[in-house]
Amino acid sequence: MTTLDSATPEQHRQRYLQLRAAAQARAEAAAPRALDTGPAATLPETDIRHRESIPAGWYYTVRLRRGEALRLCNPSGTASVSAMLWNAAEPSERFNAGDTVKLQWSARLGRGKLLYSDMGRVLAAITEDTTGGRHDALTGGSTPASNLRRYGDASLRNTRDNFRLAAAKLGLSVRDIAPCITFFAGVRTDAEGRFVWHGAGTSGEFVDLRAELDLIVALSNCPHPLDPRPDYGNAPVEVTVFRAPPPTADDLCRTSCEEAERGYDNNAAYLRA
Amino acid sequence: MTLIRDFTAARLDETIPARAPWSAILRAGETLRIIDLEGQQSADTLIYNAHDTSERYSCQETLLAQGRVYVSTGTDLLSNEGRTLMTVTADTVGRHDTSAGACSCEANTVRFGHHTRYMHACRENFVLAAARHGMSKRDIVGNINFFMNVPILPDGALAIDDGISEPGGYVDLRAEMDVIVLISNCPQVNNPCNGFNPTPLRVLIWPGTSWPSNSAQAV
Repeated sequence: MTTLDSATPEQHRQRYLQLRAAAQARAEAAAPRALDTGPAATLPETDIRHRESIPAGWYYTVRLRRGEALRLCNPSGTASVSAMLWNAAEPSERFNAGDTVKLQWSARLGRGKLLYSDMGRVLAAITEDTTGGRHDALTGGSTPASNLRRYGDASLRNTRDNFRLAAAKLGLSVRDIAPCITFFAGVRTDAEGRFVWHGAGTSGEFVDLRAELDLIVALSNCPHPLDPRPDYGNAPVEVTVFRAPPPTADDLCRTSCEEAERGYDNNAAYLRA
Repeated sequence: MTLIRDFTAARLDETIPARAPWSAILRAGETLRIIDLEGQQSADTLIYNAHDTSERYSCQETLLAQGRVYVSTGTDLLSNEGRTLMTVTADTVGRHDTSAGACSCEANTVRFGHHTRYMHACRENFVLAAARHGMSKRDIVGNINFFMNVPILPDGALAIDDGISEPGGYVDLRAEMDVIVLISNCPQVNNPCNGFNPTPLRVLIWPGTSWPSNSAQAV
């Protein structure tokens, strides 16, 4: 096999350790933003294209043009919403949970972080997040089995089946569904690797996702399987589709680290070609 | 956990060269052993129902069901239908990753620089192995990384660390239904998942019947 890279193992190790140290330094430097300096809770009416209220247990699909954004709002603070994202022009390119956590050196995805596809490109940027990163890309969404474990009832609506229904209505199938991300789901791991539910939601919390390619998005409003509350809940998730402000030169999501810059390089090359 | 098995009773005993793809079909009850011959070599693995490949490994269902973020002995490797594809019946390492996915040429550019685009990668292997079984890139989902060490810390920090599998370390996977197994012997040299030096893996498949203990070989 041709070896295209002539660096020695030790040179590769040093390069890796440099990248890792830079990621650790960024994580330590990133202070949580005080709530009183947080984003405006109200979007300009003229920027809003559509509003949708997803009832508990249900799903919604939407096409986003690059530069449009989704606001996912949790009015009750008790809901969770799972998301699957595809490149609208080529749906075999889709959200990749493994790459998303690996490329950003963290399973904690909040403001400034990116949702990567399997093709090294940025599908969406988390431009606002009032939860401080209380989202989960490790364990995904609910399933018949998880509803049976939590509520004793496998027939309750679940995210796995919602995504299958959503995909079917988009001309996609089970084969197009991959590990997903669930917002408003505080899943962390303890020192032994066990999952722990971290913190409760707050009324009106929201997250903004800016589309960085033309996207198809499926959303499922089902309680997260690790949410310890005994009841399934009945709270809606409010979705707002809006025109995002054009990214500035110092856009946080685009400039937060060299990995992000390279991800956007890949988007730019794809959009030019 | 160490099991004594007769290597001569295996119906398949192959070496997967460094950087190469591999696949096999196992009958329910058969056991696949993956041996990390030289240590610290990631074996990226995907599993499908051999009769309906739309049923495939789901890392998220697997982790949810066991409530823990690492794969080891006793882990039921679940499908997107919530059924057990294979069970981890032996593991000399103790901890394997299923959260960080497989490397790709494209992801490498983001992680390590655009100069790494034209280096061989696991998802190239997976696509070629999947094609042997009528599948395509759409069928490549989040996989298991046997022998890859990815601690996930309470604050969410996640990185690929030096491998903890010794030379000769192995995992045994018992097929709980007829399955297709794809393995990419990981070619990555830009992080520690292969000790910066990809090496061969050995794979054996034993039939589902009990094996004779009088000619056993300890490993």
